[in-house]
This record gives sequence, C-alpha cells and structure tokens, in this order.
Amino acid sequence: MKYKHNISSEISTSYVVTSKKLTLIAALGVTIGLAIFVFMNSMMKGFDRISTEAIFKTVSHIRLYKDDETSMPLPLSEKENTARLIVNPKIVPENNVLVNPESLIKLLKAQDNVTVVSPQTNVSVFYNSGKSQISGLSSGINVEEADRMFNIKSTMVEGELNDLKNVQNGILLGVGIATKMNVKTGDNISIISSKNVVKVMKVVGLFRTNNSNTDKSKSYINTSVAQQLLLQSSTYITDINVNVKDFDNAKLYADKFSRITGYKAEDWKAANETLMAASRMRKIIITVISTSILFVAGFGIYNILNMTISQKINDIAILKAMGFRGHDVIRIFVQQALVIGMIGSVMGLALATILVNVLKHVYIGGDIGYFPIRFEPSIYLSGFIFGFIITFFAGYIPARKAANVDPVSIFRK
Amino acid sequence: MMEKQPVLQTKGITKYFHDPVKFQALNDISIDAYKGEFLTIMGKSGCGKSTLLYLLSTMDTDYEGEITIDSVNVTGMKQNQLAGIRNEKIGFVFQFHYLLPEFSCLKNVMIPALRLGNYSRQEIEARAFNKLEILGLKDQALKPASKLSGGQQQRVAIARALINDPKLIMGDEPTGNLDSKNTQIVFDIFKQLTVEFGQTIIAVTHDTDFAKASDRTIEMLDGKILSHGR
Repeated sequence: MKYKHNISSEISTSYVVTSKKLTLIAALGVTIGLAIFVFMNSMMKGFDRISTEAIFKTVSHIRLYKDDETSMPLPLSEKENTARLIVNPKIVPENNVLVNPESLIKLLKAQDNVTVVSPQTNVSVFYNSGKSQISGLSSGINVEEADRMFNIKSTMVEGELNDLKNVQNGILLGVGIATKMNVKTGDNISIISSKNVVKVMKVVGLFRTNNSNTDKSKSYINTSVAQQLLLQSSTYITDINVNVKDFDNAKLYADKFSRITGYKAEDWKAANETLMAASRMRKIIITVISTSILFVAGFGIYNILNMTISQKINDIAILKAMGFRGHDVIRIFVQQALVIGMIGSVMGLALATILVNVLKHVYIGGDIGYFPIRFEPSIYLSGFIFGFIITFFAGYIPARKAANVDPVSIFRK
Repeated sequence: MMEKQPVLQTKGITKYFHDPVKFQALNDISIDAYKGEFLTIMGKSGCGKSTLLYLLSTMDTDYEGEITIDSVNVTGMKQNQLAGIRNEKIGFVFQFHYLLPEFSCLKNVMIPALRLGNYSRQEIEARAFNKLEILGLKDQALKPASKLSGGQQQRVAIARALINDPKLIMGDEPTGNLDSKNTQIVFDIFKQLTVEFGQTIIAVTHDTDFAKASDRTIEMLDGKILSHGR
C-alpha cells in the first residue's frame, strides 16, 4: 500500500513561515495591486452604469423608423447611339411614416426578449407663451408604455404623469422650457407645429432628465394631439421604440427587427456612438493601468521566489538527490507563491472594500450626487482569479528553473 | 564464503566533459559492488572518482556504457524514473550534511520516507526515531538541525540516508569534514550496516586509514581503474 504524504507542501510552508518578512512584503505588493485593480474597475463600472442610465432616460434600446431613401441612378442603356441622362442622387420625397403601425407593433411585441414596445409620433414645434417662443420637439406618446420605457415618472419634478392621460390637450414640459417661459403646472401655453397648426395646451407637469439640451426642448403630449398637429390620421406613427431584456446586445435585435419589418432599426449604441467610443476608451485606459499594477505585484512575487530559490539551492539539490521529482520541486515553490498570493489577495479585497466605501461617501454634486460606486461581486471575482493566475505564473517560472537544477553541479562545489 | 550477489554493476563507462574543452574524465570503467560490501574508491584529486560516484548515483546521466542497479538497467531511463530509484534504493551521505535547517532532525530524517510513502506517518516517525537511536542521536531528535554539532549533523544525514532501507549507500567524502573521533563513529556505523543489514556502501574518500579498514578499495588514476582491490 502506498501513502501520499504531502511533504512538498510541508517544506513550502516552512519556507513561508521562516521568512515572514519577505512573505509579507510580497503579499503587500499583491494587496495594493489587487485593491487598485478592483477599485478602479468598480469606479469605471459605476460610471458606466450611471451614464447608461442617463442615456435610457431619453433613448430606447432600439428605435424603429423609416429612413430617408436616396434615389437610385438610372440603369445605363445597352443600346448604342443613345444619350446618357445624368441625374444627381437625391432623397426621395416621401413621408417618414411607418405603414400599418398596429401590425408592426404586434409583430415586435411577439418577438423574444422584447420588454416594452412604445409607438411615438414626433413633432417639431414652437412653444409660445406671451412674447417668448422656443423651438423644440414634442413626442406624442402612449403614457403607460412610454413611462415603462423611459421611466418618466422618476424624472417628474412637478405635477402628475397620469394627468397627461386624463387631460386630452395636456403637455409635459422639460424644466428648461418652463423656466424660460416662466410657466408652472396648471398654466396654459400654445404650441405651433410645422404645419402651422396652433393648439393651446395645459401644462400638467414638469420633468428633469439632467440633460440640459433635452430639458430645454423636449415635451410629451398625447399621440392623438401630435397627429392633429401634423394634420394626419390616427395611424400616423413616426417611431416605434423597443426595449429588450439584454440591452448590451441591442444591436443583434436591431438587425433582426430591421430584417423582419423592412424599416431601419437603430440600437442605442449606434445612436450614441460618441458616448460609446468614449466609454470604450475609458475601459481600455483603466484596464491597461489596473492590469499593469497587478503585473508589477506579480514581479514582486517573482523576485522573492527567485531569491528564495537561490538561498535554498542546497535544499533543492539534496531533495533531488533523495528522489524528489521535478514536479515535487515545482510544487514547493508554486505553493509558496500561491500562499503569498492568497494572503495578498484577501488583504487586497479587504482594502478595495474600504476604498469603495470611502468613495461611496464622496459627494460629487451635479446630476450625480454621491460617487456612483458600489460593491461589484463580478469585479472582485475577476480580480481574484486574475491575481491568482498572475501569482501562479510568478511562482511557476522560477520554480521550473529550480526543478531543472542539476544537483551534481551543487555538490561538486 | 557465501556467493556474492552484485547490487551494482557498470560496463564500459566512459564520460567526457565538454566545458571548457573536451576532456575524457572516465575511460572504460567496469566495476561491481556486492551485497553487504563496504567499498571505497580512492585516488588523487581529479582522477574521476567523484564523477564516477555521481554517475553511479544516477544523478548524472551524460555517459556512455551501462549501469545496472539491483538487476535493473538504469541507463537511458527518464529523470522521473531515476528519481524514484534514488528515493527507494539509494541513500546519500555527502561531505557536507545538507540538512534542511528549518526542520527538526527527526523531520529531516523523515523526508525521504514521506516522499516514498510506503508507510503511514506514525510508522515513519517511529522508524526515524529508530534510525536516530542507532546513530546515538535519540536525545537530539526534536532539536532543529542547525543547532547540532558538525559530527551530530553528519550522523543525522546518515540516518536520513538509511530511512528507506536502501540497498546502496553512497558517500562522497562522508568523513571529510569530521575529526578522527567522529570519523571512527561513522566508520563503525557503516561497518555495522554492511554486516548486520547487508547494505552496500560505496564511499569516495581521501582518508587512507578509512579506505584500508573497508572491505575493498578501488584505486583510480586519470579516469581509469588502477586496481580493483581484490
């Protein structure tokens, strides 16, 4: 019968215990590296989350609309002796209207992973009150669906969203417009559409999205009013907004919707390309910095392992002479590295938690308030795994060298 | 006299060193070592005796010829197999003790047995105590190896070499660092091992008295065998 005594690990433990100072210094490197890695990535995640939330206050995951079409050049005549007619491609003058929106909505609602479908009719308008006149965009919405999509209720600062449903000619104004025109809930204002239709509207509430452009120009009205402003029938819908479960993959759904409906479906990332590019850049910068810090910690372990190995070269030689195999020797030093890594990781995650908690209570002001950072288990996990991998290799590379030590060359000295 | 049973045999061993210049260290060495034999190898510095011992120990595998240990041809075996053979069949005693200073004497003695894993931990501990007792070190068993005197450390190293009851015990100047009193103790232990336990000792030495007192001395000169001592 064979017993399995883990003598390699005992030797490894003795190395860790007898050189406490070295162990601690190497572990501190990992602590700082991992803490900063987790902390920076948590900051980025919080920042990304708040900027995505801000986007979704005004933008749906996918917007379905009729894109402008450009006229195709005439096909060239095959016959000889014919003059060629050259025509500049131009936008075909057509209505930006979705044909048969009811069936489109039904079709979209039947798709997998679709959470909200909200039709919308957008009208360019002037808001008039006394002498002041502001241009802007009014969205004709179905109150319930639009609220589920944009969470309008949470942005309301005055009045009741439900009043828009009950008051046919109600209007929900951005706070910017209200301030400029000096109106408040209950006042009346008139709006003029591009078709020169004038309507007197009753302000039922004010909202604030914290995007000052939106707040200074946008308003919500009932769909039917929007259709009247455009002198159109009740089937006139310019946009269908769709929210899906998994907004990070909105592009996949957008492509699919485009295929099945024949209209242009644009996902939120394409609509906010600049923001997305900035976010990607931020991600790259933070990943590079935080990863390099972790790598530096790895080098700390590598150095200390190299030092231990040159100190213990006689031990390695005699162990090999006594029948320790290469992988037994590797195990001794990899385990030492992993123990250092584990101690460092635990302290690092604790330090990261402290840093996150401190930053959480730092007031930034503006729209954001307190710094939008929170405990992110996925980042803790990935930091831990990443730290583990780096520690492993920081131990494995010198350990392999130790395993290849030729005992004879040591004994002959 | 009972029939001699070879434990280790070599056939036509030749070895070259390539660095810094090509140099023939061993030339066609064929020797035998028998069960229960106390064999010493003597020769001037640089005659190749240590080189030969390291080939016999399987740690150096760069040679021509054949080595058979306990009826197994070890030439051409993989490093891991050779490590297994060393662990089980060969014990080493060097000029310097090479004990692990962090561990107690007992633990140092136990290491090769823990690696081999033929016994439970309790049994190994009992056996290690037993070996230390044979070497007169029972009282020092739990002290750290670094706290012992040179002679005591060397005896711990011998106990460690004995723990797996190896067929062969190899020594490279095993008494080189010891005074005459301790040399005598080590010699007596070796003698006892060959007589009582039938183990074979192969020791490289400079000490003429030590060699003379052994069963047989192989003399070497310039990489060749001068006499087999028979």
